[in-house]
Amino acid sequence: MGISISNISKSYKNVKTLHDISFDVKPNELFGLIGPDGAGKTTLFRILTTLLFPDEGTATVAGFDVVGDYKEIRKNVGYMPGRFSLYQDLTVEENLNFFATIFGTTIDENYDLIKDIYVQIEPFKDRRAGKLSGGMKQKLALSCALIHKPKVLFLDEPTTGVDPVSRKEFWEMLKRLQQKGITILVSTPYMDEAALCDRVALIQDGNIMEIDTPEAIVKHYPKPIYNVRAHNMYQLITSLKDYEFNHSVYPFGEFVHYTDSRTDFKPMELQHYLESKNLKNIEIHETDATIEDTFMELAK
Amino acid sequence: MKIKEIPAFAGSEMKRFIGFIKKEFYHIFRDRRSLFILFGMPIAQILLFGFAITNEINNVDIAILDHSKDNTTEEIINKIAASKYFSIKQLITREADIASVFQKGQVKAVLNFEKDFSKNLIKDHKATIQVITDATDPNTANTITNYINAILQQYQKELNKDITIAYQIIPQTRMVYNPELKSVYMFVPGVMTIILMLVSAMMTSISITREKELGTMEILLVSPLRPFQVIIGKVVPYIFLSIINAIVIVMLSIFIFNMPVQGSLILLGLESVLFIITSLALGILISTISATQQTAMMISLMGLMLPVILLSGFIFPISSMPMPLQIISNIIPAKWFIIILKAIMLKGVGMQFIWKETLILLGMTVFFIALSVKKYKIRLE
Amino acid sequence: MKNNKVIQVEGLTKMFGDFTAVDAITFDVKKGEIFGFLGANGAGKTTAIKMLIGISNPTSGKATVAGFDVLTNPNDIKRNIGYMSQRFALYDDLTVKENITFFGGIYGLSRKRIKEKSEALIEELGLENVASQLVGSLPLGWKQKLSFSVSLIHDPKIVFLDEPTGGVDPITRRQFWEMIYKAANQGTTVFVTTHYMDEAEYCDRVSIMVDGRIEALDTPKKLKEQFQAESMNDVFLKLARG
Repeated sequence: MGISISNISKSYKNVKTLHDISFDVKPNELFGLIGPDGAGKTTLFRILTTLLFPDEGTATVAGFDVVGDYKEIRKNVGYMPGRFSLYQDLTVEENLNFFATIFGTTIDENYDLIKDIYVQIEPFKDRRAGKLSGGMKQKLALSCALIHKPKVLFLDEPTTGVDPVSRKEFWEMLKRLQQKGITILVSTPYMDEAALCDRVALIQDGNIMEIDTPEAIVKHYPKPIYNVRAHNMYQLITSLKDYEFNHSVYPFGEFVHYTDSRTDFKPMELQHYLESKNLKNIEIHETDATIEDTFMELAK
Repeated sequence: MKIKEIPAFAGSEMKRFIGFIKKEFYHIFRDRRSLFILFGMPIAQILLFGFAITNEINNVDIAILDHSKDNTTEEIINKIAASKYFSIKQLITREADIASVFQKGQVKAVLNFEKDFSKNLIKDHKATIQVITDATDPNTANTITNYINAILQQYQKELNKDITIAYQIIPQTRMVYNPELKSVYMFVPGVMTIILMLVSAMMTSISITREKELGTMEILLVSPLRPFQVIIGKVVPYIFLSIINAIVIVMLSIFIFNMPVQGSLILLGLESVLFIITSLALGILISTISATQQTAMMISLMGLMLPVILLSGFIFPISSMPMPLQIISNIIPAKWFIIILKAIMLKGVGMQFIWKETLILLGMTVFFIALSVKKYKIRLE
Repeated sequence: MKNNKVIQVEGLTKMFGDFTAVDAITFDVKKGEIFGFLGANGAGKTTAIKMLIGISNPTSGKATVAGFDVLTNPNDIKRNIGYMSQRFALYDDLTVKENITFFGGIYGLSRKRIKEKSEALIEELGLENVASQLVGSLPLGWKQKLSFSVSLIHDPKIVFLDEPTGGVDPITRRQFWEMIYKAANQGTTVFVTTHYMDEAEYCDRVSIMVDGRIEALDTPKKLKEQFQAESMNDVFLKLARG
């Protein structure tokens, strides 16, 4: 009852937005589709929610074909599009009531499923959705997407434009929903959210670059990575990029993530080189790769 | 005894549908600005056309050049002076003065009675008055001429009452159904058409495209709601509002402008509902081709309002248009509706005289509905 | 070297009726510094920035930006700052060159100067092949880099960036930060507002606003030590949850 995607391709205005995409989401899995804006995440979501036809390939959601059985899918999935699609001029309760009605159910009938989430916004149930904060809109949109007890939940960039506290709470909610037996496919441009999924697919320019558990993806990073810092960030970056043995140089917060093209790399050599470039307070030490490092290595 | 049960699924379908319509009414009543336009516009337009943009004239200054100075001309002059439409500002004596009074802008018209007016009338049963008007404002000039004609006719009738051979001052009459030349009578059908068209088509197309812009259309599409339920749900509230609008317009014209509705009110109502549905179908069609509220509004205004004003015969008579435009005017639903409205309101005729126009309108409606259902997508592309 | 501080804020306050949107904030920003101005939505960031760029008057307190008082010389401030926002940056229906020319014109650059600037800028960003294309047709990452360069076209003392790198791919994002480091290295002060905490890690110093007050201000490294947190995201979570 999960999702199965095989060889899906899609073009839009002569630009290929999805290239031969295949992967499976297991029943009851929390699966992340990780990639920047324009990678094709939304297009794939729209194909899976029967809003677009694929040009090539087939896909099933909860056992139903996305082309042939679209009516069945529309009854069985919950979909939260990119922007929180709520009626701004309706109150919190009216929004929820409306979505319950069009799915042929009532708030009371499925209250236990949304209770966790809805109690947090219930004190504001008479407030218009347009006047809610980003975090509250997100919770309301999720409640609306869940009100008919879907088997599969599609969340397209649910955490974009939401503050860190709400983001954290949101992921906690997803974990609890998963325990209730719902299969969840979530997309996000934030690499740090990948670690919260059971498995992730890294997507860029319509291509899936890697599919695995977050731990495995990080473990597969081919080279040792070094955190490098010095007193002047700009000079440090330009010097490292001029270094003949560099494999990759990426600023990474207060550090630069550096990999070397040689297998027998010795940090001392780099230290000397940087000193020769008049850099001061140099620090070099090995660090763990992140999903973002993997993403960049694959996208290179 | 067995009580017939409504199948459960039909009940839930109905509930869905009612829930949808309820939501639409929330939107309408919470958007104060649109609501104001919805109900303020008809009233403002009717009042504007009724009072401000009027073809009626009052106390227009005129000059008289009487070459005859006999009993008949005096009676006619008195009649004109007695009407509230004209006031005689000057009596001039020479043809040469005509140009100068116009140049000074003192009068809008000069009446020039020929020499031996009375004598000619008795002898030849025919006499001539020259009506010279200042045509820098052609509308007013035209109206003045019409009014003077009307007064002369009136006078003629009185003359002919007790004389067997008719005296003829001015031939032919031009005013049939609106003898008082009340311009508001001509405008009411046009304004009603514009309002119903705009409210129905523009408001529906905007409300559908708003869902596209908000992204809620995506959720509606992914829900078990069927496309026709979404469309009908969008349309029902506006049918309701448009009917209220039509009633308001008719009431305003009856009670404020004392315009009589000669024909059947029920027929008027039914024809209006037909036209409302035509317009709603057009609105849905517009929403299928526009992605944003702004585009929908522009298309509604440019694509619907302009043709209605220019080509429907509302302001410019179709018979005086060049041939190509006359042909184009046939595809404008508003043209047929205005003909129907005028026939019912002013002529008081029944269905037997307007079945052809009604049928044309009905055909257009079916066509638009079919087209918009075909174009309305259950998917995003 | 008295005026090493390009932004000086003292007790800056903005009230809307009874509501205190910005509550007596005090901080300095040095020349060439990358300063992160963080906070959740509704914490008062936007109101504070509006006062700093001279489009909103403070209720009380003092602030000077680029040496000019926000209350008395807002127009001088506007000439000396650049601004780039994620929401609005460039006109999609103008070409790359037209955009550059337009923004150069706004800041009163001479035609000759605009021409030089635009050639240099296009070369630096490697946009030679698309210089006559509409900006709307460019990938998001290119637009953001171009937009940043355009905000620097009049050599401002300070550039304000509003959530500059949301949504772009990680590599483009790094290229963007390299441009920011370069600008800072040349002495331009960069003032970044964002609610993406990972973006905060790149700043020299960050301030975190909660409910109109600045609750923390230091280098990311020291803040992480102070709050015993692994990332700025954790720092923020600890602060926001009290």
